This record gives sequence, structure tokens and C-alpha cells, in this order.
Amino acid sequence: MSRLIVPEPVVELAGIRKMYRSGSIEFEALRGVDITINQGEYVAVIGPSGSGKSTLMNILGCLDNPSDGTYLLGGEDVSTMSEAQLAHVRNRRIGFVFQQFNLLTSLPAWRNVELPLIYAGIGRAERRERSIRALERVGLGDRVENRPGELSGGQQQRVAVARALVSEPDIILADEPTGNLDSVSTEAVLGLLDELHHSGRTIVLITHEHEVAARAQRNLVIRDGQITSDELVAA
Amino acid sequence: MNWLETFRSAVDAVRAHRMRSILTMLGIVIGISSVILTVGFGQGAQDKVKDQISALGSNLLIVSPGSTTSSSGVRGGFGSASTLTLQDAEAIADKTVAPDVKNVAAQTSTSAELVNGTTNWTTSIVGTTTSWPEVRKRSLSAGRFFNEDEVTSAAHVVVLGADTASELFSGPVSPVGQSVTVDGTQMTVIGVLASSGSSSSGTSEDDQAVTPMTTAKRLTGSTNASVSTIYVQAQSGDALSAAYQEIDGLLTNLHGVSASTADFSISSQQSLVATANSTNKTLTVLLTGIAGISLLVGGIGVMNIMLVSVTERIREIGLRKALGAAPRVIRRQFLVEASLLGLAGGIIGVIIAVVGAAVLPSLINQPVSLSLVATAGAIGTSLILGIGFGVYPASRAARLTPIDALRSE
Ligand SMILES: Nc1ncnc2c1ncn2[C@@H]1O[C@H](COP(=O)(O)OP(=O)(O)OP(=O)(O)O)[C@@H](O)[C@H]1O
Ligand SMILES: [Mg+2]
Repeated sequence: MSRLIVPEPVVELAGIRKMYRSGSIEFEALRGVDITINQGEYVAVIGPSGSGKSTLMNILGCLDNPSDGTYLLGGEDVSTMSEAQLAHVRNRRIGFVFQQFNLLTSLPAWRNVELPLIYAGIGRAERRERSIRALERVGLGDRVENRPGELSGGQQQRVAVARALVSEPDIILADEPTGNLDSVSTEAVLGLLDELHHSGRTIVLITHEHEVAARAQRNLVIRDGQITSDELVAA
Repeated sequence: MNWLETFRSAVDAVRAHRMRSILTMLGIVIGISSVILTVGFGQGAQDKVKDQISALGSNLLIVSPGSTTSSSGVRGGFGSASTLTLQDAEAIADKTVAPDVKNVAAQTSTSAELVNGTTNWTTSIVGTTTSWPEVRKRSLSAGRFFNEDEVTSAAHVVVLGADTASELFSGPVSPVGQSVTVDGTQMTVIGVLASSGSSSSGTSEDDQAVTPMTTAKRLTGSTNASVSTIYVQAQSGDALSAAYQEIDGLLTNLHGVSASTADFSISSQQSLVATANSTNKTLTVLLTGIAGISLLVGGIGVMNIMLVSVTERIREIGLRKALGAAPRVIRRQFLVEASLLGLAGGIIGVIIAVVGAAVLPSLINQPVSLSLVATAGAIGTSLILGIGFGVYPASRAARLTPIDALRSE
């Protein structure tokens, strides 16, 4: 028998359901999702609008609680955690890249990037140094002091990527990170994600574009709140 | 996230919305400065009264005629009777009867018109004895006071108050040696009193003309020996109550009255200060109360803006939570922001009050004494207001779930 390197699971979802209730109307956005994502994987979640991609991402990012099912993140059950514990988990394990960038407009680029480090309790000097290094890594070494309003959309999203990677999280969650970008900027951001993947980071990318999904190793197709296909992409 | 970081980010947030922060602080600024200034005005008024009363001379007892009761039973106010006489003053000055009394000055007071050439000025004519400068703690800036001989001979000499002198004699020529006409009688100015040192001008202390009592009596054509006030200087501050007892006993005897029918009253500086202060205090408390209400309104303003700020920055809160800010950290951030608004408002309020205290007295002719306690208290209050009215908005921000906050538009 040959020895196999057993991959370490980072995300283990089992029987995840999410029920939205608005008034008397209930809507089940996720209907029993089971996914395991291993360390270092680059996963794209693809599906039509309204299929539950963002809902899934919010649960993966510990921003929202599932109505049912269990979620182990790095082996820890997050469904029983308090809001303060979840904040800690998000800070240490997860880096977010949002479609709308979500940068604080009043702060210069590096001060946006340092935010996760502030909540990790890291000192000012180290924060600045690491933020600038992260900005250099996304090719914005010369835009450190610029505010988001002084940057293009593509540059803003690269600042957001720098913010997601600055704390070296286990997993980077990107919800349609290229949804608001032109093809050149899209290429730049996807190139960064490729690079992060090659440096061993776990990435979950949400998109509805097949060309974008093709960059990943593994594609999960979601439809009406259920995973309908889970396959590796031929390299 | 430690306190220093929290403080920095609060400063950033306050600066990011500069105009709004200033408007929010305005309520606190107005409240704090008006509290400090009102307390300052009250204190200033008290100090002024104290000054004026101290200017009367320390260790001083003031004997005034008592109330009169006419045959029809109508009672006049204190001072309306002419029950005090020059003989009373001489008796009090007797060291064997009243050993705790150092000096006595009786005085009469009438109003008269003084004329120098074409300049005229109406002021009060004080008739008194040679001990007056010592008892009343007054000195002369020029010339001399009158002497015993001039009292005996009812000499036509007059000593002018500082303001009276400058009203009658303008120009560089010294008034000393010049003559003035007092109600038609020619008199020589032999001295000018130094200003009483009381901070505010316009007090009667500096506008009077002092003559020998004999001269004053002759001026008014009065033949009786009654005086309007007897000022008594005790040997020391400690001897004040002993002197009081001696004078009280002496006059009761001399006038053949009992304690209940006494036709004179004796007051001391302290009792005058106390009376004046109690009136002032009531007014100060009232005004401070009104200023306090404006402070409360300012605090509600802070709360209102913090609530707006929480609503407006809901996405920022969501983002910070997504990046790892615990509810406690968010709560602290908004609390520090509110306290900062309160504190900054308080400090600006204090600055305005200090400037006001420097500028206002010359405009409205009222002294303002800023007290350190009131100022420190005001800053403390503004901080407490910020915290107190920041708690609710801050806990609202802390309770937001990250996804709801992020999703909101
Ligand atoms: N807060 C909510 N309350 C009620 N229903 C919701 C809520 N959020 C999402 N839904 C519903 O859940 C379903 C899945 O929404 P979700 O945002 O996950 O879709 P998505 O796959 O991300 O779509 P898109 O590609 O347009 O972003 C949709 O039908 C949506 O209307
Ligand atoms: Mg979506």
C-alpha cells in the first residue's frame, strides 16, 4: 500500500441549510449543502443569480449563522460560538474580498489594509510595515497614502486583496471580486489570486462567469440552494 | 485593539465629519461656557461686594441709628432716626469703658453742589473727625487731611475723593491749594484721597468731599449733634466681638433702652458680606440651573448625532466586524467617539469662558471670577455627558449583526 499524504480539511460543511424569513414568507436559500475544502485548494463556486452563492459565502465567512447543519472551520465548530469568538475566528482565519470593495473612504490605502491587524492587537510599527508589504505585493507600493477615492476600481479591489492577505489567513473568501471590474483589472485581480494559490493559500471564489471559474482547481456548481456538481478543472 | 488605537480612530472619525462634529459640540460648548461664566459672574459679584465691604476697613463695626416709631405707630427703616450723636461717639472712644475699641470716627452725610469756576459737580459731603482716614483705611494721594484745630475752628477746608477731584479739576494743575465753592461757601482743597482700590469705578467711596464735622454742620445750618454713622475700629479682628459687646452695653445704657427697644444697630463687615452673598447666591444658583439645562440639551444633541452616525456608518461597522472587531471593541469605539465630542466641546467651552471672562467685564462693568473648581467640574461634566449619552448609540452599534450591517445600503 502506498503512503498517501492525507489532505488537511479547512472547511467542513454538513447538511447546511439557511432559511430567510421576511414577514410571514419563508425562503430556503440553502437546502442541505455538504462541502469539504482542503488546505491549499482553489475553489470556484459558480451558479446563476439567486442560487445562494452569497448566502453560502456569508456562512463560510462566519458572517451569518446557518439555520441547520454543522460547520467546522479548521476543526472547530463555529456554530456554537459567541459573537466575540466569531470575531476572533474571522480575524485569524478569514480574509474577505467583496464585490463592492468595502474600503473606508476616509482612510488612506495602507490604513485600510492594516484594519485586520489592528483587531489582531499588532503594534503600530509592525502594522504599517506589513500593510505596505501587502500593498507592494498587489503592485500598489506607490499608492500607499492614497485614499480610495483617488484610486481606480481595479486598484481599490487590489487594496481589498492586500487587506485580505495581510493577516495571512487560512482562507480567502472572494465574492464576485471582479464583478465591478473591466477585463484588465479583472486579469490583475485574478492573477493575484493565482499567485496566492501558488503560495499555498486556500481560496474560495464566487462568480457567475465561467472564464473566471476556469482559473480555479475545482468548480462547485450551486443551483437553487444545492450543490449540483463538484468537479476538478483540467489543468 | 487597545485604548490608544481606539482613541486614534475616534479622532479620525470626528475629523472625518468636521462640520457635523463642530455642530454637535456646539451644544456642549454653549452649555459649558455659560455654566462657567454664570458661576464666574456670581463669584465676581460676591468678590466685588466683599471688596467694597473690606474697603470699609478691617476690624470695623458700623453703628447705625435704629428704626424710629412715630407717635402714630408708623415705623421708619433703620437709619431713619437721628438717635446717634457725637456724644455717643466720644463715649465709645473712652478707653476705660470700651478697652477693645481702638478708634472711632463719626460721620454725617449730606449732598451738596461743588463749583470750581464753570465746572460744577454734586456729591455727598461727609463731615467727620480727624480719625476718619485711619478708621476707614483711607490714604491721601496729595495734600493732607484736616487736623484738630481745623475741626475746632470749623475751618473751610475740604478733602476730595479721587473721582470728585478729577471731575472738578481737569488738567495738570493739582487741586491742592485751590478753592471750590460748596453750596455757596468758599472752601480750600487741602488734600485728595487716594482711590479706594475697589476694582470697579463709580463707587461712592471715590466720589465724596470730606470736611470737618463742625464745618459740615455749619454748612447745613444744623445745630444738633446727631450723626448718621459711627465707624468703630476694634483693637484687632479677635477683639471684634468684645468691642461689639462693649458698644452695645454702652449705648443701651446711654440711651436708656433695652435690647428689644434698641434705637441703634451694630453691624460688622462679616454680617454685611453674609447678607449680600445670600442674595447673590440665590441668583447664581438660578442662572447656573438654566445653564445646566442647556448643557443637558447639548448632551442630547451628542446622543442624537451618535445615533445618526451609527446609522450612517452601518456598513463601516459591518466591515470592521467582518475584519475581526468584537462587539466590545465597536461599543468602545463609539463610546470613545462620544466622549471625545463631549470633552472637546467642554474644552472649547472653557476656552470661550476664559476669553469671555477677560473681555466681558470691561463691556458690562461686572467682574467675573473664574474658579478652578467650576472649570474642572465643567470639563468633567462634559466628559460624563459624552459617555452618558454615548452608551445607547454605542451598544446599538455593537449589537448589529455583521451581515445585516454589511448588507445595508
Ligand atoms: N436577507 C435576506 N432575506 C430574504 N431573502 C434573502 C436574503 N438574502 C438573500 N435572500 C434570498 O436568498 C436567495 C439567494 O440569495 P444570494 O444572495 O445568496 O444569491 P446569489 O447566488 O449570491 O445571487 P447573485 O449572483 O445575484 O449575487 C435569493 O433568492 C435571495 O432573494
Ligand atoms: Mg451574490
